[in-house]
Amino acid sequence: MDELYRENILEHYKRPRNFGRPDEFDLEYEDVNPFCGDEQHVFIRLDEEGRVAQVSFEGKGCAISTAATSMLTEELEGKSREELLRLPKEFVLDLLGIDISATRTKCALLGLKVVKSAALGDAADWETEGLPGDPAEAERI
Amino acid sequence: MEPAATQSAAPSSAAYPIDKVRASFPALERQVNGNPLAYLDSGASSQRVLASIQAVDRYERRHHSNVHRGAHTMSAEATAAYEGARATVADHIGASDRRELIFVRNATEAINLVARSWGAANIGAGDRIVLTEMEHHSNIVPWQLLAEAVGAEIDWAPITDEGLLDTDGLARLLERGPKLVCVAHVSNVLGTLNPLSEISGMAHQAGALVLADGAQAAPKLPVDVGELGVDFYALTGHKAYGPTGIGALWARLDLLREMPPFLGGGSMIRRVSRDGTTFADAPARFEAGTPAIAQAIGLAAAFRWLDGLGMEAALAHEREIADYALERVGEVPGLRVFGPPGGPERTGPVSFELEGVHAHDVAEILDRHGVAVRAGHHCAQPLMDRLGVAATTRASFGVYTTREEIDRLVDGLLDVRRVFGL
Repeated sequence: MDELYRENILEHYKRPRNFGRPDEFDLEYEDVNPFCGDEQHVFIRLDEEGRVAQVSFEGKGCAISTAATSMLTEELEGKSREELLRLPKEFVLDLLGIDISATRTKCALLGLKVVKSAALGDAADWETEGLPGDPAEAERI
Repeated sequence: MEPAATQSAAPSSAAYPIDKVRASFPALERQVNGNPLAYLDSGASSQRVLASIQAVDRYERRHHSNVHRGAHTMSAEATAAYEGARATVADHIGASDRRELIFVRNATEAINLVARSWGAANIGAGDRIVLTEMEHHSNIVPWQLLAEAVGAEIDWAPITDEGLLDTDGLARLLERGPKLVCVAHVSNVLGTLNPLSEISGMAHQAGALVLADGAQAAPKLPVDVGELGVDFYALTGHKAYGPTGIGALWARLDLLREMPPFLGGGSMIRRVSRDGTTFADAPARFEAGTPAIAQAIGLAAAFRWLDGLGMEAALAHEREIADYALERVGEVPGLRVFGPPGGPERTGPVSFELEGVHAHDVAEILDRHGVAVRAGHHCAQPLMDRLGVAATTRASFGVYTTREEIDRLVDGLLDVRRVFGL
């Protein structure tokens, strides 16, 4: 447990980076995790070349989803929209740097989904991940 | 972390056989994350009572066959067991006639059955349906689908800030002449026990029928559909110590006689020809296809076991635990409880918010202590909106819940505060 709630995650949860709605942005998307109701709204400002200049977000979420998105916003500068859409789930999971259960993976990936949706201008798919109740998960018990 | 042992010293109600009850639930013996399980999530799904597990096992091993089919012995045994289960469930909720009891998959399917059958035949463009702000999605979405399909309107009966149904607000909505009032018997978030007989009286006087969602209530209250005065009552097995995949709809026989079929197929017909089909009478008309036979038998066994314990005793225990939990969690700094204070207007569950910590994180840390609670919107997002929260943590109780488990919940909550540096 202390691994999951280690200091840098709690730090990002309590003081999320790039949090709040900016005055100017070029792309935005809002979505929810349908399993728990967590909401995130992502805003992206692009530079003249159409690359990410600034990502910010707001919303209500747990420590994992908030920290994951907070960390993600710090890593996207300079990426094109296509590069955003190609980000794998590992990009976020590596930022978190912790083992995470299948049920909490959805929390961790909410921000990535919303970032991709903003880049796409439409609802992006969840990254493929173990679904809650995955038999592989059950076998660990 | 200091266990609050002194707080638990007060004995449970002397007559309540808590040790015997707990011995009837095999899952309670297990350990979770190195701690004895404290299962405080019975409102989502209760643990399975041994009598029900054994009834399903006996049926599966020796008596399984299709029902209402063959002339052979095993089919006759299966049919007798299935119809016997119908009678048991009907008796448990005070139905005067077992034909009023329809087996379905769960409370959700029961409500969808009413919406698709009675609703489609009786609710049209411009008609109104009243829901309350504390409904579960199962008693919201089927009505939204119907309203959209036929052009009907939905009105939301308000709740007070305390979490009780605002009956004056309901009365004002009844003046608009709705066709139906849909209300939870017990709220799955607030624990509010709604005054169904009063609501039924008001609704009937205004010419509306009443559908009660008994998913939470059926396992913890004595239910008598006649006394409650409702027209439809939905319940589910897996919150009543029975299996998943089985629930029941009770409806007044005169309504069922007029209601068109829900699903079409085998078992629900009288005669099928190339030109058309005539339908069986209730309950068969609403039970198309081979039903969940073993699960119906398992549900009946669970209700028989509950009846042996006594629903008055179950309710008294539920209230004692809910009142104790309200008192104890109230001691945790930064914790806000939703729903009415302890007393006759509520049972469990106890839902709360811990300032500075999301409900998911609360539940995750409690799980490490072996304490199972639910975190999230509890399939009641309009209620979450009304309360101004995205999610809550919910501790819900069963006949097997002890004060010691509530103490462990509180100790776990203090640890959540420690982990989050609060």
